[in-house]
Amino acid sequence: MSTRLAKGGRLIDRAAPQDFTFNGKRLRGFKGDTLAAALLANDQMLVGRSFKYHRPRGIVASGAEEPNALVNMGEGGRFEPNQRTTTTELFDGLTCTSQNHFPSLEFDIGVLNNYAARFLPAGFYYKTFIHPRAAWKHVFEPIIRQSAGLGKVPKDRDADRYEQAYAFCDLLITGGGIAGLQAALTAGKAGKRVWLMEQTAHWGGRAPVDGVEIDGTPAEAWVKNAVQALEAMENVTMRLRCMAAGSYDHGYVLADEKVADHTPGDGRPRHRLWRIRAGQIIAATGAIERPLSFAGNDIPGVMLAAAMRDYLVNWAVAPGDRTVVVTNNDDAYRTAIALKEAGLEVPVILDARATVTGDLPAKARALGIRVEAGKAIAKVKGGKRVTSVAICAQAGQGAVLEEIACDAVAMSGGWSPVVHLWSHCGGKLNWDAAQAHFAPDPARPPLNHDGSALVVTAGAASGVLLAGDVLANATAAAGGDVAPVASGPVEAAMEPVWVMPQGATIDLRMKMWLDYQNDVKVSDVQLAAREGYSSVEHTKRYTTLGMATDQGKLSNINGLAVLADSLSSPIPQVGTTTFRPPYTPVTFGALAGEARGDIFQPLRQTPIHAWHEAHNAYFEPVGLWRRPYCYPRPGETHEQAVHREVVNTRTNVGLLDASTLGKIIVKGPDAGKFLDMLYTNVMSNLGIGKCRYGLMCSEQGFLSDDGVVARIDEDTWLCHTTSGGADRIHAWMEDWLQCEWWDWQVYTANVTEQFAQIAVVGPNARKVLEKLGGMDVSKEALPFMQWADGEMGGFRVRAYRISFSGELSYEIAVPASEGRAFWDALVTAGAEFGMMPYGTEGLHVLRAEKGFIMIGDETDGTVIPQDLNLGWAISKKKADYLGKRGQERPFLASPDRWKLVGLETLDGSVIPDGSIAPAPGTNANGQRNTQGRVTSTYYSPTLKRGIAMGLVKGGLSRVGETIEMTRLDGSTLQVKIVDPVFYDKEGEKQNV
Amino acid sequence: MSKVASALGGARYDGFAHVREIGPLGMISLRAKPDVTGLAEAVTAVTGCPLPAQRRVELAGGNVAGWMSPDEYLLIVPYDGVKAALATLAEKLAGQHHLAVDVSDARAVFRIEGDKAAEVLMKLAPVDHATLEPGELRRSRAAQVAAAFWQQDGGYTLVCFRSVAGYVMGLLRHSAQSGAELF
Repeated sequence: MSTRLAKGGRLIDRAAPQDFTFNGKRLRGFKGDTLAAALLANDQMLVGRSFKYHRPRGIVASGAEEPNALVNMGEGGRFEPNQRTTTTELFDGLTCTSQNHFPSLEFDIGVLNNYAARFLPAGFYYKTFIHPRAAWKHVFEPIIRQSAGLGKVPKDRDADRYEQAYAFCDLLITGGGIAGLQAALTAGKAGKRVWLMEQTAHWGGRAPVDGVEIDGTPAEAWVKNAVQALEAMENVTMRLRCMAAGSYDHGYVLADEKVADHTPGDGRPRHRLWRIRAGQIIAATGAIERPLSFAGNDIPGVMLAAAMRDYLVNWAVAPGDRTVVVTNNDDAYRTAIALKEAGLEVPVILDARATVTGDLPAKARALGIRVEAGKAIAKVKGGKRVTSVAICAQAGQGAVLEEIACDAVAMSGGWSPVVHLWSHCGGKLNWDAAQAHFAPDPARPPLNHDGSALVVTAGAASGVLLAGDVLANATAAAGGDVAPVASGPVEAAMEPVWVMPQGATIDLRMKMWLDYQNDVKVSDVQLAAREGYSSVEHTKRYTTLGMATDQGKLSNINGLAVLADSLSSPIPQVGTTTFRPPYTPVTFGALAGEARGDIFQPLRQTPIHAWHEAHNAYFEPVGLWRRPYCYPRPGETHEQAVHREVVNTRTNVGLLDASTLGKIIVKGPDAGKFLDMLYTNVMSNLGIGKCRYGLMCSEQGFLSDDGVVARIDEDTWLCHTTSGGADRIHAWMEDWLQCEWWDWQVYTANVTEQFAQIAVVGPNARKVLEKLGGMDVSKEALPFMQWADGEMGGFRVRAYRISFSGELSYEIAVPASEGRAFWDALVTAGAEFGMMPYGTEGLHVLRAEKGFIMIGDETDGTVIPQDLNLGWAISKKKADYLGKRGQERPFLASPDRWKLVGLETLDGSVIPDGSIAPAPGTNANGQRNTQGRVTSTYYSPTLKRGIAMGLVKGGLSRVGETIEMTRLDGSTLQVKIVDPVFYDKEGEKQNV
Repeated sequence: MSKVASALGGARYDGFAHVREIGPLGMISLRAKPDVTGLAEAVTAVTGCPLPAQRRVELAGGNVAGWMSPDEYLLIVPYDGVKAALATLAEKLAGQHHLAVDVSDARAVFRIEGDKAAEVLMKLAPVDHATLEPGELRRSRAAQVAAAFWQQDGGYTLVCFRSVAGYVMGLLRHSAQSGAELF
């Protein structure tokens, strides 16, 4: 059984017990435990079931590489699946449950897949569920989804908050082991601005666990001194619990800081995503130990040798009483020695190498541990826990020589440098045959903008594994020359072992796990090779090797070595799969940062927004603005509210918040010339005090925006744009002025938000303004299409006589800071004249009744002004304007183009939005031909019937014809082509 | 002046830093090339500040003159003083190609104060505060919207568009919460 030892544990505080639950079972650990350590201390070796075969799985590792021990963490708003117990710090009150089992962890029905494993080989789903086609969606996929899946989906809103922050430095060092600390000391002393980050809660990495001595002192003391020295440096910033997720071009690094994972609910943000711009990155990310591929290497109780040492030294947890060690290198002997020295049994060390020399094996032998050279594990026995190992010769096929009872197995297949940050931006790797791993090639680093190395590696990440070499390498990486001296035993060469035993039979290979999380075995990769998968990237996707949440941290090298062997290719020729960010999963909350809830997206509000909210406005998005769509009264539907607002505007007076309308000042000696180029008609000859409607086109000739232009003074114009177009048109103007006509003397300013602009619309509009008083708004003083400055009701106003409704209409601009007060004054003054506010839908109906086009309804980027019968707004005299030459192209000048018409049904009903007009025959793609489509369609409360505008081939030449248009259900209705101006065609009402 | 209201009516938030909306302030967007005759005199006449050099901001009392782009300046004066300031600019720059326009109501202004005020901005704008000198105006963004800020009176003054004042206040409030200090 696994248990807590009476003494030791460098990271735990025995005076601070912490209670937690696993699958409802109440357990106790200590402050400083990881959840994995605490589970092991409570003999909870079985922690989950595998993805495909539902095999019992235990804790394998002690860090970010853990593939098995994932749990559902927390409850309610703090529930999160797939949390690694090995990197989760224990806290009092933690709750977690195991994943991927039914009905229970101890008894799981899906384990039946295990017995059917020979029928579920690699590519099983691809091969089996391809026919009949419909069955995948309706039969196979739902069943597979039911049986598979890692963890549950959170159902509640996240109770925590997240944030992001920007940081800048000369040098970012990722990894707080002795390599990272030494690099930081070196660069810090050189005066560089350094950021040092470590993904765990402790500095020092594994050197203290391995018993390294540095400059004659134990590593632990050296680490403590180094941390103190760094903390004293003003130019060094240190972050624990901060994982560098990815490196990107130009020294950009994303790092996920787990601020409060271990103190949930303490009011701090849970995670903080650092967005760092670094001059250079030093990846001091260490190395990960590889498992060995022997039969039963996934049975709970089989662990990485170094992980077992971590549990023993860091947390005083012994994963087993009798541990068999199996290795191909000297490092695993440290685990055997540590176990023995802790008073635990190590019945045998199985070393696959034919001869075993070196200091560490000598020490093990001296402690009385039996060392068997050239031996291997034929098979691990046990179900939910290791019970024994069968021993064989590594050179053979697995004939059992002896069976040894044990309850744990410590395995080591060598070490692989963590090269992720090096590789994200294209750093290249060399195969190191002596250590059987891929290591960064210093001659081919990822490059910065100036050709320098964007990333360098330090320590074990460079492929140097002994402490002395680590420190020398880290010192050099940071530009230093004097490294501390580390002493340790001399280690003999390791020997690559990819399959154990070497000639294992198929029965054994089918139980050798490469990827624990996705249940990929040696036999699966070999099958893929036999089926023709020679590319490592294809094999990965076919077998799912390395595609689980651990992204193949343990399985990558072992898998590609098996593939290379099956293909009889050298390993470097097969190569690795691509390393992509993030290094370990980053929660969505950190990526979203502050952008949720009220500040998910900027919502633009007019100065009158609060009034709209208080008066039950139903809002619609217009760009990032929120505009009132209508103001429903109690008992009213939105449709009824719109009809009431339209009728009231036509009969009494309506009030519209038009503040969102774009307003751009254009000034300068060349402003008139500039506007003549921008608009299709002439603006330079507009009289001061006058207004003119204008159209803007793209260079292609397509209608882009429209609005009323006012001439303010000799060299100043004010251009109104659509609400959604203000920023775009301002940028369009600046683009032409800065890039093309840079010698024209014109300045622009976007003053959209300077003004609250309020439309007072309807037969009683003038009476309302006269009631406010202070300004002559009579027909004579302020005729249609003119503007005037003045004071109205004590407000500084600019009043425009313009109309988008066909009614007597004023648009009145006041400084935004006075907008709300002016609106309130209008509401009060208008009460006796039946004034009601109206929203954007009312605005649309009013303009459609008048046949006015709307950018975005009648236009869609393919429509030119001529299509909309707006030829009157296109100057024939001007030599040029933006879009002129585009419009002369044959396709746009064709008489066959669809043109604007009015449409009405014969029975007065409303044509459905999106209707098209079919035409006889089919096109080259076999689709029904069309001859037109609806662009705007409404019920007109004024005319009490449906009205619509649309683009139809032939346009107004077909007035009086009846055509068919589609309904949503595919049927058609009869529609008559009419003039698009449905109301007051002569314009008498607006010109009073 | 009672009818004049700033975007948020002087909203405040106190976390590890203090955030408050101020204003309304008088603001003028002045567009002119720096070599325009009389420009420096005109700016000084209106604000009491010298013409700011590239990326700089000049302060004089409550008045501000900031460099916004190679041909744009931001002038801050009392809200009631804009009309007179525009008249002065028109007079001093008569005959010179320029644009001076009142943008007092188009903006919202915030103060971020306290020892850790910079940490609030570090969460919202990709700005290296170690290289942000006193007297430097930085046009950047606050999360998803445009913003400009500079150091003033031991804190920071931040300017954004008025329509997104509520969003920016939300950002500042989120970022200044106690317990969310960066260092």
